[in-house]
Amino acid sequence: MTNAWTDIKNTDLVVVMGGNAAEAHPCGFKWVTEAKAHRGAKLIVVDPRYTRTASVSDFYAPIRQGTDIAFLNGVINYCIQNNKVQWEYTKAYTNASFIVQDGFAYSDGLFSGYDEDKRDYDRSSWDYVMDEDGFARTDPTLQHPRCVWNLLKEHVSAYTPEMVERICGTPRDKFLKVAEMISECSSPTKTMTSMYALGWTQHSHGAQNIRAMAMLQLILGNIGVRGGGMNALRGHSNIQGLTDLGLMSHLLTGYLNMPTEKEPDFETYMSSRQFRPLRPGQTSYWQNYRKFMVSFMKAMYGDAATAENGWAYHYLSKLDVPAYDVLRVFEMMNAGHVNGYICQGFNPLLAFPNRGKVVAGLSKLKFLITMDPLDTETARFWENHGEFNDVDTASIQTEVIQLPTRCFAEDQGSLTNSGRWLQWFWPAATAPGEARADTWIMAQIFLRMRELYRKEGGAFPDPLLNLSWEYHDPGDPEPEELAKEINGRALRDLTDPNDPSKVLVPAGKQVLNFSQLRDDGSTMCGCWIYSGNFNENGNNMARRDNHDPDNTGAYLGWTFAWPLNRRTLYNRASADLNGKPWDPSRKLMEWDGTKWTGYDVPDIAPNAKPQDVMPFIMNQEGVSRLFTRGLLRDGPFPAHMEPFESPVQNVFNRKMRGNPVGRIFESDISQFGNSDEFPYAATSYRLTEHFHYWTKHNRVNASLQPEFFVELSEELAAEKGIKAGGWVRVWSKRGSVKAKAVVTKRIRPLICDGKTVHVIGIPLHWGFTGTAKKGFGPNSLTPFVGEANIETPGYKAFLVNIEPSTAPGGAVA
Amino acid sequence: MVEKIQPGDAIHPGKPVTVDRYGPGARVNHWITAASLILLAISGLALFTPSLYFLTSLFGGGQNTRALHPWIGVVLFLSFFVFFFQLWRANLPERVDIIWLSKIRDLLSGHEENLPELGKYNAGQKFIFWAMTLLILVLIGTGVMIWEQYFAEYFTIPARRVAVLAHSVAAVLIICIFILHVYAAIWTRGTLRAMTRGSVTGGWAWRHHRKWLRELAGQRKTGPAK
Amino acid sequence: MSDSPRTAVSNPPTQPMQSNLGQGDLIRRSATADLPPPTRQLTAVAKLIDVSKCIGCKACQSACVEWNDTYPEVGENAGVYENPHDLTENMFTLMRFTEWVNPETDSLEWLIRKDGCMHCADPGCLKACPAPGAIVQYSNGIVDFIHENCIGCGYCVKGCPFNIPRISKADHRSYKCTLCSDRVAVGQGPACAKACPTGAIVFGTKADMIKHAEGRIADLKSRGYANAGLYDPPGVGGTHVMYVLHHNDKPHIYANLPDDPKISPLVQGWKGVTKYVGIAAMSMMAVGSVIHGVFARPNRVAPEDEENAEKLVEGKPVPPPNDATTSGGR
Repeated sequence: MTNAWTDIKNTDLVVVMGGNAAEAHPCGFKWVTEAKAHRGAKLIVVDPRYTRTASVSDFYAPIRQGTDIAFLNGVINYCIQNNKVQWEYTKAYTNASFIVQDGFAYSDGLFSGYDEDKRDYDRSSWDYVMDEDGFARTDPTLQHPRCVWNLLKEHVSAYTPEMVERICGTPRDKFLKVAEMISECSSPTKTMTSMYALGWTQHSHGAQNIRAMAMLQLILGNIGVRGGGMNALRGHSNIQGLTDLGLMSHLLTGYLNMPTEKEPDFETYMSSRQFRPLRPGQTSYWQNYRKFMVSFMKAMYGDAATAENGWAYHYLSKLDVPAYDVLRVFEMMNAGHVNGYICQGFNPLLAFPNRGKVVAGLSKLKFLITMDPLDTETARFWENHGEFNDVDTASIQTEVIQLPTRCFAEDQGSLTNSGRWLQWFWPAATAPGEARADTWIMAQIFLRMRELYRKEGGAFPDPLLNLSWEYHDPGDPEPEELAKEINGRALRDLTDPNDPSKVLVPAGKQVLNFSQLRDDGSTMCGCWIYSGNFNENGNNMARRDNHDPDNTGAYLGWTFAWPLNRRTLYNRASADLNGKPWDPSRKLMEWDGTKWTGYDVPDIAPNAKPQDVMPFIMNQEGVSRLFTRGLLRDGPFPAHMEPFESPVQNVFNRKMRGNPVGRIFESDISQFGNSDEFPYAATSYRLTEHFHYWTKHNRVNASLQPEFFVELSEELAAEKGIKAGGWVRVWSKRGSVKAKAVVTKRIRPLICDGKTVHVIGIPLHWGFTGTAKKGFGPNSLTPFVGEANIETPGYKAFLVNIEPSTAPGGAVA
Repeated sequence: MVEKIQPGDAIHPGKPVTVDRYGPGARVNHWITAASLILLAISGLALFTPSLYFLTSLFGGGQNTRALHPWIGVVLFLSFFVFFFQLWRANLPERVDIIWLSKIRDLLSGHEENLPELGKYNAGQKFIFWAMTLLILVLIGTGVMIWEQYFAEYFTIPARRVAVLAHSVAAVLIICIFILHVYAAIWTRGTLRAMTRGSVTGGWAWRHHRKWLRELAGQRKTGPAK
Repeated sequence: MSDSPRTAVSNPPTQPMQSNLGQGDLIRRSATADLPPPTRQLTAVAKLIDVSKCIGCKACQSACVEWNDTYPEVGENAGVYENPHDLTENMFTLMRFTEWVNPETDSLEWLIRKDGCMHCADPGCLKACPAPGAIVQYSNGIVDFIHENCIGCGYCVKGCPFNIPRISKADHRSYKCTLCSDRVAVGQGPACAKACPTGAIVFGTKADMIKHAEGRIADLKSRGYANAGLYDPPGVGGTHVMYVLHHNDKPHIYANLPDDPKISPLVQGWKGVTKYVGIAAMSMMAVGSVIHGVFARPNRVAPEDEENAEKLVEGKPVPPPNDATTSGGR
């Protein structure tokens, strides 16, 4: 989230698209009801289904899953055509005026530079025209035909209301109503917030879905302001923490990158990370990359990381592929290249696409270790449960070791919420039986492994032997110790650069925050963006001061938000070029003539003059990007792409399947279905009664939503002779499930490109362990497709067929 | 119309003559029915009005009263209807019943000799018989509908409301009939022995059911003298 | 603390507390004629359910299960979102979902209503209850079932205009929402209101809730719901659980919420006129019999009757059938 949950109460318009906040985030959704009740805010829901969120909305428009880009480009087009643009903001704070190289073009659904064999673009022409000083050329009048604004205008001009209706199936009048309501927020005194979740991310073009809305928000002037922003609603209470702390294979902590094979030494690695400003006088905060990286390496390897050995850079593994994401790991498992798997707090048997492939992969392992508070399906993948898990147990030789862990309520530590708040929590109960903290288990494994390496050596034991492990009980690191390590401390006395006699931070003391980190090895810090969480003031994550001066929703005394306790990112953009708030009634930051003041921690140097330093300090441009250069693999502008399995062809290029650079493995191409065989557009989602595959173990949740079902329209049910509450079989090219049928008015057939498209909804909470009735997950059906940039599996748009059926074999109870 | 003589009815010559009116089976039946009805009345009244709720203590409290009442009802229903099939023919109405009823004042004022001769049952007894039959049917039917433990869920709540009202009205009526029946048996001296010893004196039969007596005598339905 | 709590939001104190609801707070007690007048008047409380804010998340249902420690069964899917499928003795509140196409706008509305006891000011259950003290009403408006006094007869089911009480097959006692009387007694609001993530369920004094509802209704009217209104049905004397409805002109579209609930006239008749007339009739019957028995001559068999019977049996002549019999035979 750019903003915080509590800030949503400040909005005038909530657009829930690519998510179902009421259903999946009911507690956070409270702030939507606050905005509605106290500001008269309106709520728009755009979704293939009339959802629980739609039930309290002011306006609902249907859309075919996977076509959000067309819809949003249509809204951008509407705003441009109707002059509903926050011009001052757009001109000053976006790259609208930047001039793009002549080589860049778009036609037939593809950008320039496409190589069909590599399934990749040559992105070299997707960039600005630079001047002799290395700065990007601009035309502040927006007259230049190659300026971003004019290219954008041309790019979105194809997305007329008629085209939106044709692609998305959204009736024209409904689309226009939504576009009109959104466009009203181009006023500097009206803001809109975008709340989205996995309905946008879990597509082969997920990043572009989000970009389209971000661009819309930028031209409406809604980023950095109270009640605005791009608000990603995270699916787990700590999934934000997962990415922040680098639990993805291509990331280190704080969004530092994992090195690749092409970067054999530290200086090479750093050479592409200088982040020189592209406009004069801009911050380009990533210029501090080296400080964060060196401090990270010192946190990892302590004294073993020195300037001489490139901060032990050679200890880090180097990626030979863009990422070892889950899809790739299971692909490799199937190919026999992975033979051991430690599965910590994860249930891939139900969570990853193409369940058949997951089972086949796990069956080829020598060992599988699961660490989980619950008896997961993954830990039981070898057990035959009739149709619910029809495996031949005798043929599976994988040794499975289940390590019971504490659950969140039995542990202490911090959870990072969607609004980037690091909230400390305390145990409410004692863990049962032999359950132990994850950190204890990992420490115990580490200590034993290190001992083995110490005794027996190995190909390269140094990274293990030299791993910094300074905990008072090495076998059981305490959460506070880990939090302090993440915050970072001075390894030597840190002196004031202007006055070397003045010690800012004595050796051994916690740094105040990342602004004190150095690139000379004198500081260590586990995760720079979190720095400030546990400094010499104590555990800031445990703060519980709920005062909120002037009811802005900032709550600066409540826990700690990264970065630097800042609650709204880009908050300098809440004021105009002179530093005056766009909307005085919703002041966030204001330039008082010498410094930035206001309700939040300024997202800019406090003394940065408003006309000189632009608000988007993380970008080299200093401004936000409507045109994203070569930073995304699938295009600098979002363009309509169909899902890999789609009921209709791409109207811009009928030969194009899915995202032209979406990641697919050779072995999976044969497993795509087409609309002749699988005529119905399926999507998967969560239900509010359950949390993933956990709460089916809880009798209360199980009683509130006991049994797996699929949802379909009354029209399709009538056509197929399906009765509400009866059994149906749903199958795709990859698998088959049986479910109860919920026949509903909330799903209606859409007309797309002249064709009737029936939508089938498949919720995801059932498996064969726990107290709820046994059931299936949608992952038995979903394709093995990765998002083009981030490899997120696509679960939201695929093709299936459906027929009335009988109860599955193997007891349901 | 010739009345069929009920099996088991027989005259025993002697001083006085005795006439078998009810066999042992019928008497057991009658007393089971009677006992059930009394228990039902007590338990039902306990639930009917708070001022009589204390009667639940006779059954071991409210829960037990609630649980037992319908089962007693089932016993009553079964035993009454065994009884019913024994007696219904003798209780079919006749024209003479109308005359008898029209002279009911003579009966009450002690001039029974002015009334027509009767078969085994007079119109009053027949009225009680049929009223009981009807009310028991109503009570068992509505009782099942409001039998919370097993059957109530099969009926809509509006239907159950009708049932509970009908049940209580029927219960009031049956209790009134019951009182009438008991009092009539007491007031008409010599009647009770029909349901205790099973027989009445010939004089009782001569006085109240002369036609029945004549028929028994005429058919030589006489047993050995006692 | 001496009066009713004003909110469900506050957290409980950590020290033990005395219950604030006692026998002296009862204003009605089932099957009890001589209830002493209450020793004080508590401020009337109410739970307000704003249907227009409800997202049907069932947090209220799970909070209710947790607080009351009930065990609803893990049932099956019957093609709808309601689970359990109805109120049960283990589920005192239930989200009811209705897919309603508004004929005026032709757009779908998913109406989600939290069903449960309405805590009527004139409670039909209490009126119908035959067991003394099984149902009580406190001066703050809460209608509570006292299970130790309940006999499981199901009369409350018939008395209730909203179809709320459920009789347990296990212990044969009637169950329903207590408005968390045990929480209210120690200054806490109902568990459902505390758990509601969107503030669709709020709790406080009835006066405050009516005021809160007015604000909500004005907001709904501004959004085009011309018939938005407060559901506080006068037919049962008003309720201590109220709804804000977007379509208050037709409550029945919300899963058959009664348009004008009243205690059924059948129940009124049963508990009113039938009771009095019935008792009078039975008493008159009994008393009349006794009086007749005392003052009237019994109908005795005369010695002539015995003689006539003997003669008849012995075949001697007896008086012939009298005129009346023959006339009867004509």
